[in-house]
Amino acid sequence: MLAASGSSRDYKALAAKYGQKYGILLALVLVCVVLTFANEYFLTTRNILNVLRQTSINGILAIGMTFVILTRGIDLSVGSVVALAGIVAASMATTSQAAAFMGAPYPAAIAFAVGIGVGLICGWVNGIVVARFNVPAFVTTLGMLSAARGLTLLYAGGQPVPALTDSFRFIGRDDIFGIPMPVVLFALVFIVSYWVLSSSRFGRRVYAVGGNPHAARVSGINVRRVIMTVYIISGGLAGLAGMILAARTGSALTQAGIAYELDAIAAVVIGGTSLLGGVGRVTGTLIGALLIAVVNNGLDLMGVESYYQQVIKGALIVAAVMLDQARQKNA
Amino acid sequence: MTQTLLEVMGLKKHFGGVAALSDGRFTLKAGSVHALCGGNGAGKSTFLTIVMGIQQRDAGVIKVQGKEVVFDKPSDALAAGISIIEQELSPVPAMTVAENMFLGREPVAAFGRVDFATMNHNAQAILDELQFDISPKSLMMDLTVAELQLVEIAKSLSYDAEVIIMDEPTSALGGAEVDQLFTAIERLKAAGKGIIYVSHRLSEIFEIADSYTVFRDGCFVGEGEISDVSRQDLIQMIVGRPMTEEFVKENTPTDEVTLTVTGLNAKDWVKDVSFNVHRGEIVALYGLMGSGRSEIFERLFGLSEDKGGEITLFGETVRINSPSEAIAKGLAFVTEDRKGSGLVLSGDVRSNICLAQLDLLSTGPAMNSYREAAAASRMIDMFKIKTTSDRLPVSGLSGGNQQKVVLGKWFLTAPKVLLLDEPTRGVDVGAKREIYRVMSNFAQSGGTVVMISSETDEVLGMADRVVVMRDGRVSGELVRSELKAETLLHLAA
Repeated sequence: MLAASGSSRDYKALAAKYGQKYGILLALVLVCVVLTFANEYFLTTRNILNVLRQTSINGILAIGMTFVILTRGIDLSVGSVVALAGIVAASMATTSQAAAFMGAPYPAAIAFAVGIGVGLICGWVNGIVVARFNVPAFVTTLGMLSAARGLTLLYAGGQPVPALTDSFRFIGRDDIFGIPMPVVLFALVFIVSYWVLSSSRFGRRVYAVGGNPHAARVSGINVRRVIMTVYIISGGLAGLAGMILAARTGSALTQAGIAYELDAIAAVVIGGTSLLGGVGRVTGTLIGALLIAVVNNGLDLMGVESYYQQVIKGALIVAAVMLDQARQKNA
Repeated sequence: MTQTLLEVMGLKKHFGGVAALSDGRFTLKAGSVHALCGGNGAGKSTFLTIVMGIQQRDAGVIKVQGKEVVFDKPSDALAAGISIIEQELSPVPAMTVAENMFLGREPVAAFGRVDFATMNHNAQAILDELQFDISPKSLMMDLTVAELQLVEIAKSLSYDAEVIIMDEPTSALGGAEVDQLFTAIERLKAAGKGIIYVSHRLSEIFEIADSYTVFRDGCFVGEGEISDVSRQDLIQMIVGRPMTEEFVKENTPTDEVTLTVTGLNAKDWVKDVSFNVHRGEIVALYGLMGSGRSEIFERLFGLSEDKGGEITLFGETVRINSPSEAIAKGLAFVTEDRKGSGLVLSGDVRSNICLAQLDLLSTGPAMNSYREAAAASRMIDMFKIKTTSDRLPVSGLSGGNQQKVVLGKWFLTAPKVLLLDEPTRGVDVGAKREIYRVMSNFAQSGGTVVMISSETDEVLGMADRVVVMRDGRVSGELVRSELKAETLLHLAA
C-alpha cells in the first residue's frame, strides 16, 4: 500500500519535472507525429529541409532575442536591422550599376563583413541608449525600429537592390553536403550560443544580470557592459539574418523583415524564456522557433488559408505562456 | 475575564509528504500583544497563512470570538475581523493613502463615480483616531517604509479588524520609527484589539509583547506571559536546546590599522566621516535609519560616486569606483536587502555562491564547472547551509540559509575586510548565532569587520568599538568598555 502510493506520487513528481523541462518539446513531437499521419508529404527530406530553411532566419533572430530577454530587455528593432544590413551588404555585392555602392561588386566576404558590421552598430546604439541613458529597452528599440527602416529607404532611395553576385547568394541558396546554407549558419549560431549561455563566464553574467541586476552589480559584474553586449549580439545576428534573407531572394528589399521581431519574440516566449529575465534557455528558443515553423508548414500542407495561420500562431503563443504559468503554480 | 478573540487548536498542514505544521495552538486575548516565536521552518508562516485563509488546513479548529470558522479565502478572514500586515508591503505607489486604504471598496456617488470627498474624510478620521500624522491625500510613493506600515494599520482598522497580525514589522525600520510603531501598537491594545506579533528580534518581544507562544518544528512548544519568562528560557524554547551564549565573540583586536576613512563624503548629505578599523576588530556603525550608515558602505564598495575624502587600506590610499575594484582590494559587502541586492533569486545555490568570483572559476572565457561545484560545496560545508543540492533554487531556502549563501559568496573571494549591513535581519536565533561565529572567527583569523546593525543588543554583543552616526555625520565613538544601550541611543538620536 505504502509503496504503491509512494510510487504514484513519484510518478506524478517525475511527470511534473519532465513536463516542466520538456513540455514544449513534447508539443513539437506531438505536432510532428500528427502531421506525419495527416500528410504523406510532411516527413520527406525535402519538406523537412524546407521547414528548417524557413526556421533559420527567425531562429537566428530569436537566439539574439533570447540574450536580450534574459537580461529583462527586448529588441523590437531586429526586423528593421534585417532590412538595413541586407540592403547595405547587397549594395556592395550587386552587379546592377544603379544600386551599387561605388566600386561594387566587392568580394562577398567584404559585403558580409559590412552587413554584420551594420547590425553590430545598430545593436551598439541600442545598447548605449539602454545601458548608459537608462531609456527603457522597449522605447529604445522601438525608436531603432523606425530609424533603421528609414535609413534603409534613404540608403536605397526606396528601390530594391537586385542582381546579387553568386558568391553572395551562396549563403542563402546553396547547400553543404545537402544541407542548405541558412540551416548550417543557424546551427552554428545555435551551438555557439548554447555554449555561451550554458558554459561561459559571460553566460553566467547574463543570467545574473537578468535575475537581479542589483545583486549582479554588488557582486562586481559590470552590468552596463553585459547589457550593451546582449544588444550588440542581437544586432549582429539580425545583420546576419538580413544577409541570408537577401541572398535567398537574390535581391535586398526595403520592406524586408517587417514584423520579424514579433516572430522572434514569439519563439523565445514559446520556448519558455521569462520576459521578467534571468530564466530561459536557448534550446527552448530553438524548439519554439521549430514549433512555429512546423505548425505553419503543416497548415500550408493541409491547404489552410494563411490568414488562419496568423490566428493559430497567436493562440499558440498565449497557450504556451498559459501552460508555463500553470506549471509554475504547481511547482 | 478578558475576552478571547482567537483560539486555534490542533492545526495541521502537510505539503506533499512533509508536515509543515503538526500541532498549531494559539490563544489570543483582547487588548493584548501576543508574540508568536519560532525559528525558520517552525511553522509560523504556515500557521499564519491558514489563519488568513490563504491556505486550507488538513485538520484542527479555529474559533473567532468563540465561534468555529472556516476560511476559504483571504476575504473571509478579513470579514471575520482578522487582518495582516505583511513583512513585505505591497502598496499601489501612484495612488493616495486614502485610495490605498479603500482599494476595491471605494465609496461611490452618483453614476458610479468614486466619492473622493467621503473617502478622504473617512481615511482622515481613522488616521486621526490613531494619531498618525499622515495626510490621506499624499501619494504612497512619497511615504517612508514606516509610514507605509502605519497606513497598513489604519487600513486594517478600516476593516474593523479585531485581530491584527504583524509579520516582522520592524525588519525595515530604524530606531525612532520602531518607537512610532510601538506607540501605535499600544494604542491598538488600549482599544481592545488583539495583536499577533511575529519577530526574530527578542528585545522587541520583551518590550512590546504581553504573552508568547513558541512553535518548533511545526509543533506548539509552550506559551505564557512574557513577564514570567527569561530571555534565556525563551531562546531555549525556540532553539530546542540550551544555548549557553547568544553571541559568539572570541576575537581580539590588534594594534594594526587596516582600514582608515578620512573626511569621507557620500551622496551629498553624508559628510566628513572619519574612522579607522584594526585587524582582528569588529567595529559597528550605529545610527538611526537615514543616518548615513549604509551610504558609507556603498561609497567604500564603489557603488556610489566619489564625493571626496580618503580611503586607506593596509596603509595604501585607494580609489574605489566600482564593486569589482573593491573586491580586487579585498573588500566584501553583505548588503542589508538580501532579496533586493544580495541574491539572484532565480538562480541556484551554486551560481549564487560563485557569482562574485567568476574570474577565478573560469579558464579564459569558459567556466570551469568542476571548480564551481567544488567552491559551492566548500562553502555549503563551511557555513552548514541546509540544502539537498547546490543546484536547487536559492529562493526555496529559509532566510538564515539564504544569508549563509550570501556570506558564502563573499568568503569565496577570500576577503580581508567584511562590510556587513544588517547581517542577521530576518534570520532566526539559531542561524544568528552561526553568523556571529563566522564574524568572530573571521576577525580572530586576522580579518577586519565593519558592521551595521539596528539591533542594539547585537551591537553590544559583538562590537569592539562603535562609531555612532547622526544625520550623515559621526556623532561619537565608543569602545567596548563604555558601551551601554542608553549612551548609544543618546548619541544616535
